[in-house]
Amino acid sequence: MSLRAALFDAALEVFDQKPWPRIRVDEETWIRAVFGLHAGDVGLTALWGEPGAVHMGLIEEETGEILVLTLACPAGSFPSVGVTHAPALRLERTVREMVGLIPDGCPDERPWLDHSRWGVRHPLGAADAVPADGAPYPFLPAEGPPMHQIPVGPVHAGIIEPGHFRFTANGETVVRLEERLGWVHKGIERSMIGADLERAGKLVARISGDSTVAWSFGFARAVEAALGIAVPKRAQWLRALMAEMERVADHLGDFGAICNDAAFSQMLNRCGQLRERVLRAAESAFGHRLMMDRIVPGGTAVDLADARPIAEMVTALRSGFPPLVHLYDTTVSLLERTVTTGRLDPALARRWGAGGHVGRACGRRFDSRRLPGYPPYDALRFDVPVREAGDVDARVWIRIEEIGESLRMIEQILAALPAGPHRVEIAPAGAAGREGVALTEAFRGDAFLWLRLDGDGRIARAHFRDASVFQWPLLEAAIAMNIVADFPLLNKSFNCSYSGHDL
Amino acid sequence: MPKFLIESLLRRAVTETAPAADADALDELGRCLDAAAHRRLGRSLAIREVDAGSCNGCELEIHALNNAYYDLERFGLRFVASPRHADVLMVTGPVTANMREALQRTVAATPDPKWVVAVGDCALDGGVFAGSYAVVGGVDAVVPVDLHVRGCPPTPRALLEALVALIEKSA
Repeated sequence: MSLRAALFDAALEVFDQKPWPRIRVDEETWIRAVFGLHAGDVGLTALWGEPGAVHMGLIEEETGEILVLTLACPAGSFPSVGVTHAPALRLERTVREMVGLIPDGCPDERPWLDHSRWGVRHPLGAADAVPADGAPYPFLPAEGPPMHQIPVGPVHAGIIEPGHFRFTANGETVVRLEERLGWVHKGIERSMIGADLERAGKLVARISGDSTVAWSFGFARAVEAALGIAVPKRAQWLRALMAEMERVADHLGDFGAICNDAAFSQMLNRCGQLRERVLRAAESAFGHRLMMDRIVPGGTAVDLADARPIAEMVTALRSGFPPLVHLYDTTVSLLERTVTTGRLDPALARRWGAGGHVGRACGRRFDSRRLPGYPPYDALRFDVPVREAGDVDARVWIRIEEIGESLRMIEQILAALPAGPHRVEIAPAGAAGREGVALTEAFRGDAFLWLRLDGDGRIARAHFRDASVFQWPLLEAAIAMNIVADFPLLNKSFNCSYSGHDL
Repeated sequence: MPKFLIESLLRRAVTETAPAADADALDELGRCLDAAAHRRLGRSLAIREVDAGSCNGCELEIHALNNAYYDLERFGLRFVASPRHADVLMVTGPVTANMREALQRTVAATPDPKWVVAVGDCALDGGVFAGSYAVVGGVDAVVPVDLHVRGCPPTPRALLEALVALIEKSA
């Protein structure tokens, strides 16, 4: 019996959550799950709290099946997950500061998103007023006579989101990088509470602008799962069309930007042109360059009237992209920067459950479009590229190959787009206590979304976990023993979301 | 690689193959900006982008200003890495409580004369994030703003038009 099945058998109560169950467990079962995470029998996909209870999302990678465990915390604390499973550390620091539940035994006492600037403490819990005095943050030490520190950010030297990086270096070599994030924390999960579906959808679409389609896709599926409604086939296919266009646009941007960070600006220029073609096709076809707010619960906000701009875009990429790949593959001065740079240990990628290009460049085949899978991807032919090297070059190649796969899917969708309505009306009222979960493949990797509806069809609670949450710590590991000058290159090859992480 | 460079030299620029009306509009914007910018600051205007809490949608479109279709640099406008080199600060996002001080310090580090352009609906009044415990509000809740550009996110064309309007107002 799998650990997931065994845990399910120990349920004290089963909640109304779809498509995967949420169960209440006792402390003993919770600890059993924590040991299961440590042993690698099951993966951690999310950890979040609400007043009086903490939730842990587990995923069985062989099947993609999810199980959410809930532990009631009458004494205001729960057994730490991070003490044995390090990927949970930042998550439970967040639970502590957002809700006020104490992870018993958590080895890191520091706050994470809370910089003491909000004027409120535990905003998802009691929300007590406190002074907004900006407490200092103790970074982890790295000591020795030749060490020096380089503080970078939160305002960086490019058109990029804010975050703070604290490097400790020995000459040119990075000995330790420590991230401090939370700068763009906007309180999205609190704003979701009590929001109607329209407002909630707008918030979700702005979790991370470069993944707006993916997040809206997940939100729609979670709402539909909670309400038990099926959307028209055409809507499913249009959603995938937008999701794959978003993936192509983002990967093109990254490919160009990574090469540009190795001072190869020609590639940024060419990729920028191709990316612009994708955005213009999106505007012509769906009325918005980033396709924001185009996926809604019940279907899509707009129908596809004319597929020609998209078909023309695909043609342009089919002819314009391969020469760029050839150029990348034959420019030795560029490869010299990317090959072997920022190698990530596959064991760490596995332990942190890294998704997207970060995981796939390290041999992890996980793709939520495949497992657990969601429509219409069961009807589309595509491969999930995997590389083993784990370096910047491998992450570039994953993007290159995924662009090819996404174009293949866009062609399949255009060739066989089902007719019929693109939207059904939904009646969310009277669904008090119903819950929905969705795992959606954004260009960075799997994005987890959970929500609970109240009796008026509003959001009672919601939680989001971007792929970046598990990728940011891996960036710290990948830069160690590389030179400081390679950090921009390495950082861009990960391209984690700040906004998606900070929420 | 040499083949690529030769091809780049020989083929027509992407901007010229754009629809006539669009190209004219861009050209017109360019001349207008050039004349006014010249009066104020010589031949160039340096822009520093500051994300004070955005979802990164605005950043994507600000990036697009640099692509060959919009080619911001032909107007003498360019993005710089430090506020100390900047004439214009383009600020995106609702200003989060956690970014308020960083934004104030970035503005203080920018030499006069300087202009602050608030980019996007969130930068106007907090947008969909207004009212949150973690959000101070629009950019002008923290620093004086010379111009707001609406849009979620604003298109690159709207951003270009705004830069012209700024120069016109300041000239």
